Amino acid sequence: MQAKTVLKAFEAAAGAENVFSDPADLATYAYDAAVLEKVMPAVVVRPTTSEALGQVVRLCNENRLPLTVRGAGTNLSGGTIPHPGGVVVVTNGFNRILEINTEDLYARVQPGVVTAKLAAAVEAQGLFYPPDPGSQAVSTLGGNVAENAGGLRGLKYGVTRDYVMGLDFFDVDGGLVKTGGRTVKCVSGYNLTGLMVASEGTLGVFNEITLKLIPPPAYRKSMMAVFAEMGQASEAVAAIIANRVVPATLEFMDNFTIRAVESYSQAGLPLDAGALMLVECDGYPGQVEEDAAKVESICKALGAESIRVARDDTERDKVWEARRAALSALAKVKPTTVLEDATVPRSKIPAMIRALEAISRKYDLTIGTFGHAGDGNLHPTILTDRRDAREWERVEAAIEDIFEEALALGGTLSGEHGIGTAKSRFMEKETSRATILYSRRIKSALDPNNILNPGKIIGGAS
Amino acid sequence: MTQMHALSRLMTSLEDQLVVCMKCGMCQAVCPLFAETGREADVARGKLALLDGLLQQMFDDPEGVSQRLNKCLLCGSCAANCPSGVSVLEIFIKARAILTGFQGLSPAKKAIFRGMLAHPALFDRLGEWGAKFQKVLTKPVNEVVGTSCARIMSPLIGKRHFRPLAAVPFHKRVPCLDTPAGAAGLKVAFYVGCLADKIFPDLAQATVDVLAHHGVGVFMPANQACCGIPAISSGDTDTFQRLVRHNIRKLEAGTYDALVTACATCTSTIKEVWPMMTATDPGLQADARRLADKTFDISQFLVSKLGLAGEEKTDEDMPVTYHDPCHLKKSLKVWAEPRTLINASRGYRLQEMPESDWCCGMGGSFNIQYYNLSGRIGERKRNAIRATGCGIVATGCPACMMQISDMLSQGGDALRVTHPVELYAESLKRK
Repeated sequence: MQAKTVLKAFEAAAGAENVFSDPADLATYAYDAAVLEKVMPAVVVRPTTSEALGQVVRLCNENRLPLTVRGAGTNLSGGTIPHPGGVVVVTNGFNRILEINTEDLYARVQPGVVTAKLAAAVEAQGLFYPPDPGSQAVSTLGGNVAENAGGLRGLKYGVTRDYVMGLDFFDVDGGLVKTGGRTVKCVSGYNLTGLMVASEGTLGVFNEITLKLIPPPAYRKSMMAVFAEMGQASEAVAAIIANRVVPATLEFMDNFTIRAVESYSQAGLPLDAGALMLVECDGYPGQVEEDAAKVESICKALGAESIRVARDDTERDKVWEARRAALSALAKVKPTTVLEDATVPRSKIPAMIRALEAISRKYDLTIGTFGHAGDGNLHPTILTDRRDAREWERVEAAIEDIFEEALALGGTLSGEHGIGTAKSRFMEKETSRATILYSRRIKSALDPNNILNPGKIIGGAS
Repeated sequence: MTQMHALSRLMTSLEDQLVVCMKCGMCQAVCPLFAETGREADVARGKLALLDGLLQQMFDDPEGVSQRLNKCLLCGSCAANCPSGVSVLEIFIKARAILTGFQGLSPAKKAIFRGMLAHPALFDRLGEWGAKFQKVLTKPVNEVVGTSCARIMSPLIGKRHFRPLAAVPFHKRVPCLDTPAGAAGLKVAFYVGCLADKIFPDLAQATVDVLAHHGVGVFMPANQACCGIPAISSGDTDTFQRLVRHNIRKLEAGTYDALVTACATCTSTIKEVWPMMTATDPGLQADARRLADKTFDISQFLVSKLGLAGEEKTDEDMPVTYHDPCHLKKSLKVWAEPRTLINASRGYRLQEMPESDWCCGMGGSFNIQYYNLSGRIGERKRNAIRATGCGIVATGCPACMMQISDMLSQGGDALRVTHPVELYAESLKRK
């Protein structure tokens, strides 16, 4: 079909008001939150119904148009940056919560539903949807599933993957594929749900997602421990887990991050502390008190300079305010913020922290580290200015070193941000040549024209 | 193409501010416009990307960017919520000025800004004539809200329910004032603002009455001009600077401790935009800075300078809900003081509405250009107000008062729309 005819076909499918081809509109879908070059799409479509979405996918395949699905565009690895001249399918107009079932404990949603909106709707019904990625105020559930998004509660409650019970998605021909369902147990057919989670839009386009809900914890307790050195804090993290305590959240931040947060929010943090550890235990009151007491004594035994236990909700909010402010505070230090998420087995955190400090010195870069210590998911954040070409070269070299170190410690390139295009060339190092080839065979069988988000995860875009 | 190169050179003055955006997209959570449309070009991140596009010479023509940049309420919700602290409003206002300088002002805006707004005396006369003749074309529609609508189809009015021009504007009631400091030992300059003068003279009167009650001297020079926000929002730097110069000259004629206004938009314009957009005239900028440092919203002045405090309330007191004007809460971080003022008013008590700081959708010229969208945003505000069951809604900005009146009136609601200082003034009379 001619370009004009294709445009008309998109308009017929999704409605003229939902198809954008003006250069000024296209330029606003050329990026996501990753520090990567912009790529202009040829057209943007914002379907609002299931039928429209299916037709758009089929049209893209018939016309060999590369298709990139986009929710809120908060991806940190370039997964929602389109292919040159491709089609961006925006899901934020396809955003209804279809059902919250309080008897069978699940929710059915369209992929454009914002994570925090579902969490709030579920809470209003007395239930709990735990995954809480940092971007939850804007991120969409479709994006969360496509990236297998994590969050602060990963340690105890797991990540998005652990809550996906079933999916409907469109294949490249616009056929509706169904996998999993509303039952706790379901072994009918291949576990396509598992295949689709974290597939970053390369294997199908989500139409409907069924998510598991759980009862909320009855009680929670938060505390903040101050350590002179990062090493002590990371030992405390390992010791807490080794002592069979699984807090809901176990976070830490290094001295640089502490100082950035303090200068940003004057929260009264100790400026000379080497590390700050933030812990929240939840569950039944008796168990929570017991766990909290254990955490306190472990921290003391390992040299914590002070421990502050939140006595009420206001104090609890104060504890978490500091953690929530971490990225903002760091982002204000320099124009460009490169947020990495290399992850290691948690026993290796002390080694990874030492490696990060060495990398920071080696390349003369400012790196603030904070993150989900409890699950080994660190966020070394490089603060730089993309316009400084020579420093940028050092940043790229440092990122490579961070990946090398994480892999050498038995870790992974990405705990929760995805591979996208930013990390695809390192995939083979973490896995194997055979893994890449196997994945590409799956991809080419399901998407023979390579139209679904080409080039992401496993490379191979022409 | 060389034209776009020239524009790119002009945009480099914004580069250091533009690179601060890390494209995290958190502005999507709070943008009232994006909540209605879901289009990236409507939210700050998208607009910043477009300005970056001009810098990178990505476009053959600035018009597409210009249109999208102007489709914004300038409410500052994004800036208030921005993790990396991007100066969104400053960037947008400066970019509008650059683009208008580059593309020129539309003939209609030229006529309004340079032909009328820039001439305060003429603007006053036109307002007075308008007040006399408006009844020919419009009729009252909601007695409680105090709105009117068009008698016959009018492209200008559309389906709006608007608060009509006052029969006697404030400058006719009280042309000027210069009273000495009384018991409070303080004297203020009172900047009235166009809406308080021409549409809500009772609000201006209430402000003056309250100041007098507390023994605060008032200097109010005659022939004040518009604060300039409509002009600079459209990128008309010339008219804007002319208005700032005129106002400063008038205000400089008195001595006082503080400058107060009862309009959130005027206050934030004087405090933030006057110093920001007068850099090309360093003398003027220095004067603007000096004035900005001592400018207060009326509720802020009453609470922080006179120590006004809330009273104990009972169920007997009439509940009043409060809408946070963006220009007060998000720009100036003033949100506690107007609430205190309501609770300091005998017979009234504050009752919060859901999402009280969600923009009402007015946004000045945004309401004129995108009335339907403005109405959809306003509908959300109307629902929040209705959810409280209150018979009175107060807000610290006459522009919000107009929008909220329109929304309630079109919904057929019988609510009174007022300003906290009016409630306070009433309670003083009742004492």
